[in-house]
Amino acid sequence: MKHLLGIEGMTRAEIERVLETSEAMLEISQREIKRVPTLRGRTVINVFLESSTRTRVSFEIAAKRLSADAINVTRAGSSLSKAETLADMARNLAAMSADVLVVRDSVAGVPHMLAERVSVPVVNAGDGCHEHPTQALLDAFTLRQSLGSLEGRVISIVGDISHSRVARSDIHCFTKLGAEVRVAGPPTMMPAGIEVLGVKPCFSLEQALAGADVIVMLRIQQERLDGALFPSVREYSRTFGLTQRTLALAKPEAIVLHPGPINRGVEIASDVADAEPSRILEQVTNGVAVRMAVLYLLTGGQT
Amino acid sequence: MTRTRIQGARILDPLSGRDEIGVLDVVDDRIESVGRESAAVPDEVIEASGLWLAPGFVDLHAHLREPGQEYKEDIETGTRAAAAGGYTTVCCMANTDPVNDTPAVTEYIQRRARESGAVRVRVIAAATQGLRGEIMSEMAGLAGAGAVAFSDDGSVIMNAAVMRRVLEYARGIGRPVIAHCEDLNLRGSGVVHEGAHATCCGLPGSPAEAETSMVARDHELARLTGAHLHVAHVSAVRSVELIREAKAAGVRVTAEVTPHHLALTDETVRTFDTNFKMAPPLRSARDREALREGLADGTIDCVATDHAPHALYEKDVEFTAAPFGVVGFETALSIALELVREERMTPLELVDRLATRPARLLGIPGGTLEPGAPADLVLVEPERIWKVESTRLTSRSKNSSFLGRELRGRALRTWVGGRLVFELGEESAR
Amino acid sequence: MSSPDPHAAKPDADGGGRVVLDASGIQRATTRIAHEILERNPGAEDMCLVAIVRGGQPVAELIAAQLAELAGRAVPLGALDITLYRDDVVARGVRPMPRPTRMPFSVEGKRVVLVDDVMFTGRTVRAAMDAVLDFGRPGAIQVAVLVDRGHRELPIKVDFVGKNIPTSRAERVVLRARPDGELEVAVV
Repeated sequence: MKHLLGIEGMTRAEIERVLETSEAMLEISQREIKRVPTLRGRTVINVFLESSTRTRVSFEIAAKRLSADAINVTRAGSSLSKAETLADMARNLAAMSADVLVVRDSVAGVPHMLAERVSVPVVNAGDGCHEHPTQALLDAFTLRQSLGSLEGRVISIVGDISHSRVARSDIHCFTKLGAEVRVAGPPTMMPAGIEVLGVKPCFSLEQALAGADVIVMLRIQQERLDGALFPSVREYSRTFGLTQRTLALAKPEAIVLHPGPINRGVEIASDVADAEPSRILEQVTNGVAVRMAVLYLLTGGQT
Repeated sequence: MTRTRIQGARILDPLSGRDEIGVLDVVDDRIESVGRESAAVPDEVIEASGLWLAPGFVDLHAHLREPGQEYKEDIETGTRAAAAGGYTTVCCMANTDPVNDTPAVTEYIQRRARESGAVRVRVIAAATQGLRGEIMSEMAGLAGAGAVAFSDDGSVIMNAAVMRRVLEYARGIGRPVIAHCEDLNLRGSGVVHEGAHATCCGLPGSPAEAETSMVARDHELARLTGAHLHVAHVSAVRSVELIREAKAAGVRVTAEVTPHHLALTDETVRTFDTNFKMAPPLRSARDREALREGLADGTIDCVATDHAPHALYEKDVEFTAAPFGVVGFETALSIALELVREERMTPLELVDRLATRPARLLGIPGGTLEPGAPADLVLVEPERIWKVESTRLTSRSKNSSFLGRELRGRALRTWVGGRLVFELGEESAR
Repeated sequence: MSSPDPHAAKPDADGGGRVVLDASGIQRATTRIAHEILERNPGAEDMCLVAIVRGGQPVAELIAAQLAELAGRAVPLGALDITLYRDDVVARGVRPMPRPTRMPFSVEGKRVVLVDDVMFTGRTVRAAMDAVLDFGRPGAIQVAVLVDRGHRELPIKVDFVGKNIPTSRAERVVLRARPDGELEVAVV
């Protein structure tokens, strides 16, 4: 595995490998000195062309725990005012002698296009609405901590599926690990042909959560609730919000994930986000471990 | 007086129905005789056995980018690329800079074409001023300056009332309106066909209905006004159905399809290669099938390239940021020939779609091999294999959907008014 | 040793090579090592055993059992995986899978006895020392190995050794489990 561009291109064995490696990385994060010298002297460049603090910081911590140097490259200006071609960007990055590039962009396909133009491994940290593979891997890792195997489990992903890269990566990851995945949201937020990914689309929370082992709540972007795709925040949280009442539709031991940051009161009620079924904080901790595993595995020089 | 004889070729002339091996004599700039061998002694004899001889192709839809965007292409490089593809007439759209909405720009283009054009250039002028879709352009003046049709292609006439008046007025002038049918509101931020592939890629999609709803609207307006509506670059199965129904109902509608829509589907966007980004987008396999069927049965009247050059640095960016469009002159014939190889069309029908019908529906000369007609000819080797490489493309811009692919069928020589404007070089003989 | 996996005690149907230490020899060696450890660290006070994963684990278990009998108390036993501390840059090939590390006690001020199966270049023990120091500041670090095969590349000394076995560089020395479950050390 040379790059990590998406879960779509990964085999189940490759996914398992990352998850297994993450176990050891998690243990390091629990020591007092949270550091190993494995990537000493290597440079990880975070190319975050779409701003993000949480994911970038998570990758930075991951790099530093492996003793790598982490450098952040951002781009000033709006996401559509591109003056630089991808070829130029690739050349500039190559000149910085990175060992790994971690790339996030608001447009799908940018990590893939860069991977074709550079000679070092590329990690996709989120490209538009396409994929966010490390998020899916840390989600799967978190679920395995609580559930063991995902084989046969019912996992419901709720929210703006059409604009969610987390949803797509989660769908690929969970189905490859043997789970039954449902996606739920208003019809205006359900992408065309989603069934082709092996999931069952639901248009009500009742339908989606009945008998679910896992509920993944996606963050709703406020801009999308300004009337175009959905009439109002209030209506969304009434029909698709996860509250104690709607949580009860799922299995009693169901657990709740959320990629963060959470919109309290919109897609998830405060008392659910902070309650026992929630694994939201574990996701953050596991995120660093999974990203450490990814950086470790990709810098091995394997093809 | 110079007499050139082309002998042994399979002569294809849709207008007369001629499809036979024979001899064709060109004297100066005209076709002098076809079929039977003239007694006169030729100055030059071209042996063409195994090849096809057809009227030079006529492209109803191309963007030559001059004036204003010559870094992408200009009339000289564009027409040389057209000649390399077997085209002898090219109609250029109005979304230049400045927009071609005045007789001055029309005359400028025609003068530049006389000075530097390798093939004949016909002008399609803007239907509305500035392509803003609000106020009609001075169609009478533009027609007087030489415009053969009107179109807001490059933009869309979203307001139905404006489109109605444009059609009515153009009918009075006696020119067709070429409509880019795309509801921009339905398209939204869509850059690819809305479907399973867009969903998997996470790229915003535009549904086929963005086109079909506009095709339906424009049919109604064409029926209301009695004008000649020509639907540009049809891409969806439902559009083909609507056009078939409208024609059956007597509406004056004609239609075109691009080679890339005949060849490719939305599966290509999985590569995120911006050379698969165009408007309308490449659609599903079902749509492609309907387009091939539609061209074969004549519901779609002709192939039009929508040759849309863009500089490499403009295309080598994120998918959503790249401009729409691909070049097409040099690969059109190879792609269209596939329908003949699949036995959906005869060679004669193919030439009809590439040359004869386009000329006829615009009411311009061309697309015929009858004696006395201008000697606009193309000699085709239908099985010639060649690889599409950016270094070998004649157009200034190299944004082709077919880079790296091996295609079959090439124009070997192209003549405009008896003058040889293209000959396939020996280094390409591979 | 620099690559943990080949030296893990695992069933090896064919065997091959020459056996230099059989099961009873291993038992005698670990018993003697336990005695020596106790001599150096009277009463096993403030002491802990840290096995280097994976080769050192079966050896450490044997030593720990002996120590428990001799000292009359259980000695804390940890397992330290040093995959992420290796000094050999993997230029080509798949990254080795890091195994679990379990250090359920503090090393602060303690006498840490690192245990491995075979001492060769010394790089494994050096990596293990780096790892132990990341867990805290031990009072002392001592090294116990079942077999010392020579060819040191770093100035690492062995405090407790079961058997010295001269070898050539090209040979491999492995601790392995026979089909009947018994351990043996062989030169292949």
